[in-house]
Amino acid sequence: MAKIHVTTTINGAPTEFLCDANQTLLDVLRDQLGLTGSKEGCGSGDCGACSVTVNGRLVCSCLVLAPEAEGAKVETIEGMADGDKLHPLQKKFVEMAALQCGICTPGFLVASRALLERNLNPTETEVRYWLAGNLCRCTGYDKIVSAVLDVAAEMRAAGVKEAAQ
Amino acid sequence: MSKPQYKWIGTRPDRPDGADKVTGRARFGADFNLPGQLVGKVLRSPHAHARIRSIDTSAAEALPGVKAVVTAADFPEQADLIVPTGEMQVNLRDITRNIMAREKALYEGHAVAAVAATSEAIAKQALGLIKVDYEVLPHVIDVAEAMKPDAPILHESLRTEGANPPATTASNIAKRIEFKKGDTAAGFAQAEVVIERDYSTQAVHQGYIEPHAALASASEDGQVQLWSTTQGHFQVRGFCSRLLNIETSQIRVTATEIGGGFGGKTVVYLEPVAIRLSQKSGKPVKMVMSREEVFRASGPAPGGNVKVKIGATKDGRIVAAECTVEMQAGAFPGSPVGPACMCSYACYDIDNIHIVGFDVVSNRPKVAAYRAPGAPISAWAVESTIDILAQRLSMDPIDLRLMNAAKKGTKTAYGVTFNTIGMVETLEAVKNSDHYKTPVKPGYARGVAAGFWFNVGADSSAAAHVGEDGTVTVISGNPDIGGSRASLALMAAEELGVDYNKVRPVIADTASIGFNFVTGGSRVTFATGLAVVNSVRDLIRELKVRAAKIWNVDPEGVMWENGVAKPAGSNVGEFEPLSIAQLAAQAGRTGGPINGHAQLNVTGAGPGFGVHVADLKVDSDTGVVTVGRYTAAQDVGTAIHPSYVEGQLQGGAVQGIGWALNEEYIYNTKGKLENPGFLDYRMPVASDLPMIETILVEVPNPTHPYGVRGVGEVPIVPPTAAIGNAIARATGIRMTDLPMSPPKLSEALDTATPRMAAE
Repeated sequence: MAKIHVTTTINGAPTEFLCDANQTLLDVLRDQLGLTGSKEGCGSGDCGACSVTVNGRLVCSCLVLAPEAEGAKVETIEGMADGDKLHPLQKKFVEMAALQCGICTPGFLVASRALLERNLNPTETEVRYWLAGNLCRCTGYDKIVSAVLDVAAEMRAAGVKEAAQ
Repeated sequence: MSKPQYKWIGTRPDRPDGADKVTGRARFGADFNLPGQLVGKVLRSPHAHARIRSIDTSAAEALPGVKAVVTAADFPEQADLIVPTGEMQVNLRDITRNIMAREKALYEGHAVAAVAATSEAIAKQALGLIKVDYEVLPHVIDVAEAMKPDAPILHESLRTEGANPPATTASNIAKRIEFKKGDTAAGFAQAEVVIERDYSTQAVHQGYIEPHAALASASEDGQVQLWSTTQGHFQVRGFCSRLLNIETSQIRVTATEIGGGFGGKTVVYLEPVAIRLSQKSGKPVKMVMSREEVFRASGPAPGGNVKVKIGATKDGRIVAAECTVEMQAGAFPGSPVGPACMCSYACYDIDNIHIVGFDVVSNRPKVAAYRAPGAPISAWAVESTIDILAQRLSMDPIDLRLMNAAKKGTKTAYGVTFNTIGMVETLEAVKNSDHYKTPVKPGYARGVAAGFWFNVGADSSAAAHVGEDGTVTVISGNPDIGGSRASLALMAAEELGVDYNKVRPVIADTASIGFNFVTGGSRVTFATGLAVVNSVRDLIRELKVRAAKIWNVDPEGVMWENGVAKPAGSNVGEFEPLSIAQLAAQAGRTGGPINGHAQLNVTGAGPGFGVHVADLKVDSDTGVVTVGRYTAAQDVGTAIHPSYVEGQLQGGAVQGIGWALNEEYIYNTKGKLENPGFLDYRMPVASDLPMIETILVEVPNPTHPYGVRGVGEVPIVPPTAAIGNAIARATGIRMTDLPMSPPKLSEALDTATPRMAAE
């Protein structure tokens, strides 16, 4: 079967790839484009380790077919830092030990950024429910939730506004 | 005793691998690739128990793109020999059968063949072309059923070890063990209150988010390179060496970053298979398990049945205690029934104890270690029973435990007498905590439970190298599973008297540092930490020798303080202090590179005790439990990097909450696992939980220079009973079977309070 030609934008860069119709976006990111920061923990959309945004929408890339990226804007963990400057969430996760093994961390960061783009003043409960699609087996979530709440407060204090969604 | 003043120990700097892990740069098991690699896939048994009459791989081998197919015939037979792995023991004869079924498939998901092909699609197609002729046999899943004389037998050669009289016929009971202290009959005769209960738990999975993965490259000259996500790359090397008859020096294993293990990555599944496929195909072979494979075929932790009998006087003194543990081993002998028995009453100073354990095989995947292996199962039963005792005696559960707490000098049922431990301090810390002093909120109830783990030492090697600019690389060989690099660097910086950021910790492959036992048993910060401290001390000795040469004095006349060499006294002479950078700059003239080394078999691991408090409410309609407040307290020795110590307590507590409320392996009547995915195997998510408060009780371990105790395992021991005890106090219903999931709890509530027909 002929491969499908996909033209897309990944972390701001125009990108083209060839894929099979049944290939997932996660497989293309990891195996063809070398973007291995997105992880496969389950392949069924239950763990969130493969979280990316497609046109601003938070998705499990293991549940997105690669051809669906046609014309879309895909953001992965690899695009989160600004050059050599870590995103405040990335910095805070390290500072507050919000990771232990680190396998779920890219997914949590992508999901947390998506939350703060919509809601810069989340309650603890809102953070917990927003991140309920991301499994972490090491931390008990405590320091992750604290880190997100701290970053939200710091961004509010710095005058950052929610992106229009 | 006043607390020692440290510059680095006890601080919370950024971890050395932090930036890599928040940017996606860190490379885990499945992130490694080699040019020309093949994809390896495993064919697994669809039956719980079946004789393998024959395997025909010819059609698969003929498929274009298939480069190798292996079955058990490709792996040499192994002797009946037990070798240690992590906190468990494995028999090589069994382990070769576990990685590839030989005479029989012993559980659904058991590997029976594997292929390597040029693409995943071809590999999957090839699996479908392998013809296995199975003779399906009767199976047994439940431990109690498996122990019956007429149960289907898994291993015809298995005789119960420790049976009295000696066993003469085949049985699924692999072993009977016994621990005795004092005279329980005499003890129960003194008792004024006796509580007796039966409990059960189900198999649970470690639930690491990263599936098993391995990449093997075997060369034509016999050398093998392997990248594996493992808790012990030296163990992986050892297993592969034995299972494939390859000399250890021919195998070089690199531990990738590891995405969780909790004990489950201390054994091998894919690694020997990937190597064999690579040898046969002449190409690198990469194998990654799916989540379903992880559930069906990698070691869960066992479930078990526990019978407990505790006798006490009316004032709360426990005078006799008995416990019988029947534990799932999975398809091959080797459950953690030993530690389950030993830990059962280790929190308490009891004169008369009798404990019996049974290791039982059944048609389930072979169990692997999971955080304090075995201990949560006996603790669930013992700590629930102690809570019943507290209720019966109308005593505060902390006071009851304080009255019976183990302390320095307490002799355990398994023979060890405790040195300095912190059970009493931990109970007191909880009693004085804000949580415990705050009245329970209306609608909620509070449960308390304690837990114990030995912690282990064992073999570690480390090296410390000075770079030409005076910065230091500290090299060790334990995969960092939860921030251990930061702890090792903190101890090295403290010892050297230099900035934490001048010390770079590295985890070397098996060819680049001496042997290190697995990352497990809560041993790395303690034992490998000690090796690191000793390697730095060896380095300091060398630095003093170099300073002595420069000053032309005796090395004895040089002291090391705050990162510089100084004259030890005024009689040595007047010299300006020399920093590591200054000594490094002159190294070429004083003897060449400046390094330190250490290797040791570490003993004296300080045991740990935890006490947890849970406040929760139960929805009487649905049986859903909401945990409102949770505190985990533990004697942690010295918290080297307190954030990661807190993280261990929080993570372990939450795994225990999952074990208590939801997690279980569910089998159907055909012996097939019905919930091999995260949707149906329900681990806690963020919205299920409150913040997990921690209390770090620092009772230094006297056998470690910085007082380190292992901390990682104790936190999973108390939660099931803490939750169960709170549920009992909230509802009046004492749950004895885990998990206390909504369907089970709501059924128990309905039975206790029959609903109106109209509802």
